[in-house]
Amino acid sequence: MPAIDLLVRGASWPSTKAPWRDQNALLPEDRVDLLVAGGKVVDLAPSGSIEAEAAEVVEAESLTLLPGLIDAHTHLREPGFEYKEDIASGLAAAAAGGFSAIMCMANTRPVNDNATVTELMLRKAAAAHPNGPRLFPVAGLTLGLAGETLAPLGELARAGCVAASNDGLPVKNTELFRRAMEYAATVDLPVIDHCEDPYLAPGAGMNEGRTSALLGLRGQPAAAEAIQVARDILLADELEIPIHLAHVSCRESVELIAWGKERGIPVTAETCPHYLFLTEEACEGYNTLAKVNPPLRTRDDVVALRQALGSGVIDILATDHAPHADHEKETPFSDAPCGLTGLDTALAWTWRLVREGALSAEEFMRAWATGPGRIFRLPANGFVAGDPADFLLFDPEEAWEVTPEMLRSKSKNTPLLGSTLHGRVKAHFIAGRRIV
Amino acid sequence: MQWRHKDLLDVTQLSPAEVEHVFDTAASFLEINTRPVKKVPTLKGRSVVLFFAEPSTRTKTSFDIAGKRLSADTFSLAKSGSSLSKGESLKDTALTLQAMAPDAIVIRDSRSGAAAFLAERLRCAVINAGDGWHAHPTQALLDAFTLRGVWGNLAGRTLLILGDIAHSRVARSNIHLLTSLGAKVRLCGPRTLLPPMAETLPVSVYTDLDKAVRGVDAVMCLRLQLERMQAGLLPDLREYAERWGLGLRHLERAKPGAKVLHPGPINRGVEISSNLADAAESLILDQVASGVAVRMALLFLYMTRKESDMTRKESDMTRKESDMTRKEHADARD
Repeated sequence: MPAIDLLVRGASWPSTKAPWRDQNALLPEDRVDLLVAGGKVVDLAPSGSIEAEAAEVVEAESLTLLPGLIDAHTHLREPGFEYKEDIASGLAAAAAGGFSAIMCMANTRPVNDNATVTELMLRKAAAAHPNGPRLFPVAGLTLGLAGETLAPLGELARAGCVAASNDGLPVKNTELFRRAMEYAATVDLPVIDHCEDPYLAPGAGMNEGRTSALLGLRGQPAAAEAIQVARDILLADELEIPIHLAHVSCRESVELIAWGKERGIPVTAETCPHYLFLTEEACEGYNTLAKVNPPLRTRDDVVALRQALGSGVIDILATDHAPHADHEKETPFSDAPCGLTGLDTALAWTWRLVREGALSAEEFMRAWATGPGRIFRLPANGFVAGDPADFLLFDPEEAWEVTPEMLRSKSKNTPLLGSTLHGRVKAHFIAGRRIV
Repeated sequence: MQWRHKDLLDVTQLSPAEVEHVFDTAASFLEINTRPVKKVPTLKGRSVVLFFAEPSTRTKTSFDIAGKRLSADTFSLAKSGSSLSKGESLKDTALTLQAMAPDAIVIRDSRSGAAAFLAERLRCAVINAGDGWHAHPTQALLDAFTLRGVWGNLAGRTLLILGDIAHSRVARSNIHLLTSLGAKVRLCGPRTLLPPMAETLPVSVYTDLDKAVRGVDAVMCLRLQLERMQAGLLPDLREYAERWGLGLRHLERAKPGAKVLHPGPINRGVEISSNLADAAESLILDQVASGVAVRMALLFLYMTRKESDMTRKESDMTRKESDMTRKEHADARD
């Protein structure tokens, strides 16, 4: 055994399954010890079962041990929209919220469609948060996200981008999208697609249904998303190139993804906390904080998404953290930009699914850590020897009210304002080093 | 009746008793509009801002006349002449208006929810004169008031709303109000102009006009906007007029004596045939006359609401004015 740098003693393990060698069955909330050396996991074992001399010992005091989360979908707004969020504040929110790594989308100004922008993002992240959270930029798939010309994906990959996406501005031209998938695969970048038929979906941010009819707002039907989900799955099948579908919001998409997976098509998908808890009714009273794209749908969609997350049809969770300034959201509904923040609240919000028995702790850890790690080939902690020692000590019982002061993100646009969440990150370690 | 509402955002806020009270008040004002001198001092010294960020002639004029006949000072603010066209946010416009301390703001805006947005931020009364596709409560009230004048009561009557319902704030508010007054409502139009999930509304939905019109007591035609063709919702005006344009022949299938309404401005030969618009069954001009009385009633109710909050002196003045109003009312009933 190497010299142990860090011993975390007596943490509560949330699951009945154990990741270690003999898979011996544990009782829920059994105590475990975590051994770390050189920034990596050395061992995780029932508490007291291993004799080790450690340079530093942290008494976990019954806090729940979780892997550091990975958020595959955020918007950090820098460069260009620093009044909403910058890389320093976004990473601070990630650190406090339990995210050891985040991927940031390309819709900055200028767009992240060349190595200069990627390098700027990475430089800013390293300067503000040298010990993490880790930042992994997503390249713009087309120049300026205009959907007309491929961005220099090879250069972007070399500069540090880990995926490519036209997030927010889906590529209308299916031929171009096909070529983009092929070219991205050539330079080894997975493609993330925001599925939305742009002709069918002018009513961004509002579901077409009963609430849109009552409020007199233009809505977009679920088919606007599902049609492009079908397109992407068929292309992935034809080309044998993986595709990752961003922020899936409706039952129709879930059923198409299930069909694709049954046939062995390389499709993966994410959904976001808000699609698992909120419905279109959250927009009543013209609540711009609930305006998000794709829009909040119906109870039936919530049920379908929760089932799909449990069964693995939906592979991972992501926040789609989309900060906007107060004055941008304090407008009539149609004028407000789409999106809500998530880095500060996502862990506690989605832990509710585990507390309520809708999701097992293993599924939770897969959805937030090992799943995104596998899809995007990022370091992720499955608590197996050699994994990065990115982990949280989490108090699942601590209640806190969501107030602007509690949020580290520069923007406070979350429909959770005023509600109470359970669960706080009490300590956050990245590569064995404590950052919170 | 003590008026409990600060703002009129949609008819859904009003109880049936409150709707009756609006109608009774409007009925008492109708007579003023037939006098040689059409002015009473009821709202003297009060000010109303007419904030119309979307083009409107009849609604704006109707409110303007209603205010002036009650001796209120009315001020118009159009989008082109306002700071909104200079990029000011609605919030800042609201705060600016607030600082000028009007007693009421009448707002027309193309964005659904704009009236509610202002009402949350302003101390004065906010009256919705049409917000996007959402609501047009004063139009619905004047429509029902017009029909009440003809029938006495709307309970048990069947009305057909015909045309572009999906994009119509008039239809939305009328569906709520007419059904709350005990009428049955039918909708008819091509599927592209019906709201999503129309079947969840308390209405019967038709696409065939001949079937929809059978046995109804009145038909409310809606204006067809030319943008609907550009958006690909309809092929052309000729085909629309052929299938969903209301003509005299349709009225023959309705109840004898059935009436026709239209919120205006009308497209003759499109949603309504020209001869029907001018026929005895048409209540279109009665609607305009009712509109002034109903808006006088609404301005009166919303602008004299806050007696308890005022200083004694103001309160006394208000009482004197109320006495005068009561006297006017008494005159009107004679």
